[in-house]
Amino acid sequence: MLEIKNLRARVGNKEILKGIDLAVKTGEVHAVMGPNGSGKSTLAGVLAGRAEYEVIEGSVTYNGHDLLALEPEERAREGIFLAFQYPVEIPGVNNAYFLKAALNAVRKHRGEPELDAMEFMALIRGKMKLLDMDQALMSRPINEGFSGGEKKRNEIFQMAVLEPTLAILDETDSGLDIDALKVVANGVNALRSPERSAIVVTHYQRLLNYIVPDYVHVLSEGRIVRSGGKELALELEDKGYGWIETALERA
Amino acid sequence: MAILTTSGGSVGSYLTAFDRLEGGREHEPAWLRAIRRSAAGAFERLGLPTTRDEEWRFTNVAPIADNPFVSAPPVTVSEEAAARFVVPGIDGPLVAFVNGRYSRELSTLDTPLPGITTTTLADALERDPARLEPHLGRHLNFTDRPFAALNTALFEDGALVVVADNTVVEQAIQILFLFTVTPAPSVSHPRVLVLVGRNSQARVIETFAGIGPSRGFTNAVTEIVVGAGAVVDHYRLQRESESAFHIGHTQFQLGRSSTSSSHNVAFGGLIARHDAVAVLGDEGANCTLNGLYLADGVRLIDNHTEIDHAMPHGTSHEIYKGILDGRARGVFNGRIRVRPDAQKTDAKQTNKTLLLSDDAQVNTKPQLEIFANDVKCTHGATVGQLSEEALFYLRARGIGLDDARSLLVRAFATDVTGKIALEPVRTELDRLLAAKLPGTLAEMAFV
Repeated sequence: MLEIKNLRARVGNKEILKGIDLAVKTGEVHAVMGPNGSGKSTLAGVLAGRAEYEVIEGSVTYNGHDLLALEPEERAREGIFLAFQYPVEIPGVNNAYFLKAALNAVRKHRGEPELDAMEFMALIRGKMKLLDMDQALMSRPINEGFSGGEKKRNEIFQMAVLEPTLAILDETDSGLDIDALKVVANGVNALRSPERSAIVVTHYQRLLNYIVPDYVHVLSEGRIVRSGGKELALELEDKGYGWIETALERA
Repeated sequence: MAILTTSGGSVGSYLTAFDRLEGGREHEPAWLRAIRRSAAGAFERLGLPTTRDEEWRFTNVAPIADNPFVSAPPVTVSEEAAARFVVPGIDGPLVAFVNGRYSRELSTLDTPLPGITTTTLADALERDPARLEPHLGRHLNFTDRPFAALNTALFEDGALVVVADNTVVEQAIQILFLFTVTPAPSVSHPRVLVLVGRNSQARVIETFAGIGPSRGFTNAVTEIVVGAGAVVDHYRLQRESESAFHIGHTQFQLGRSSTSSSHNVAFGGLIARHDAVAVLGDEGANCTLNGLYLADGVRLIDNHTEIDHAMPHGTSHEIYKGILDGRARGVFNGRIRVRPDAQKTDAKQTNKTLLLSDDAQVNTKPQLEIFANDVKCTHGATVGQLSEEALFYLRARGIGLDDARSLLVRAFATDVTGKIALEPVRTELDRLLAAKLPGTLAEMAFV
């Protein structure tokens, strides 16, 4: 589904990704872990099409497309979803309006009929329940005045509505208490299927107790320095990132 | 900046027009003729403004001054052509004018509502001038306002709305001034007077619209007198052609514990200037002056507002928002005067401008003149661009760039559009705004 080859990217003159190779097959969940500043969020941002990151080398192929040639909205319509680390507040645009416009843009691209207001409401009702979303949040401006937990739940709620084929979760667990974490994990797990894949970017192993990955990769200074199964996450939790870095220095 | 002197020629031609009209005004009441003479005198003394006048520093009206506008010829406009300038879903009376002349065909004044008179000024001056005498031309100070003086000297017709005491008008009253393309650029001086009695409520929608690429000049004046305890909502939609010239003045005179809300929207005009002036002339009056404007190309939209807190315990709220693209220019000048007697005044002014291009620019200036010591006055002005982060967020969900930009512009406008209580106007405004923006979401109601 996704193949990243020797991806190098910078912000301004600072190179952040220094050659990433990663392949995600259909149905797989990959966790990307690493200390602060290792390039995790940059990787997520490059995949979603953030303009401030400049790709200087390498390629990303997604379902046969050159992903890097697509605009952010084209990527979204092709089924890529980025759950933001810091969801943006947009005063004046209400959640329901926004999500309906987004869903219809995606549906149109897929050749599916656009939903009217009634059909849309029927569709989102079940998803709101899944994410324990208060209906009142729908008529509020996007993320405005939402608590940290509500913002993160709103991200996963949007994901549940848009049903992406590749979900990228950028530190969705940060700032969540354990109850909110479970709700968010439930939402993600409900979407797991043999047709869908996910990249879960996280600093802590905690989230991976609830969203169990097929593979874990450790990012350090812009490179993947270790890959393994889910037990790698536990090892990291146990020994900390220092262990990886020390091991690298020795090697 | 080029400073242009006024061509004596155009001032002279307006004065000639005055003399010619004056000759045929024997039927007009003496008090009105006296006001008109005084206005013509003020106009002669003031001349047309130049950028040396502080009030016109950023708005060069030389294209108006240099243009030999002629009196607008009478034209018939079909109901279909007029329909798209009428706010849909409003079931109140409509008074329509085409090129400044009353159109019986387009107007719907047949079924009078109890307690309300909606008619033309010309008709009212003929039948019941005594009712107009205390108000017409009395509330607006034209001695330092050349265009308002010119309108007062030259207006030939317009609308009159009178709401009796203790009357709540459910229906909104619409006044429509349509302008067509004329063989030579023409001028019209529409005049409106709205009198709302004690403890009454009324909503008035004024629309100024162009059919086709008119290069004409509209010089409009509206006076609104709000009786004690009365509540008035006023909507002003300026939808002239993008090559038209528009100068307007709306004057609110507020009585004791009365409330007025002004929603002033300007989308049209090559050069468009509006002055909204509210005088809180008795205790405990509440005034809202909100505005929204959008200009692109090389157009210029200028809004001057003035809130005169003359008496104690008054409140005023003001939000003006501008959207500028291309090489358009915006001007906002917000004066708040708190007179020595106006203790316990609470005044708040906000001006925000969204620049959609690098070449658009705005000149914004708050002007607080506070002569009382126990008052609360705040003001703030911001100039910004669309948030890149918000654009990316919308795009990352599949919304195209044009749609994302348009959504954020409409969102920016909601501080004004969202505060409109009258649902059909709110919807219509968002629709008109969306139609000015790129993208595919215009049909999706927003506010």
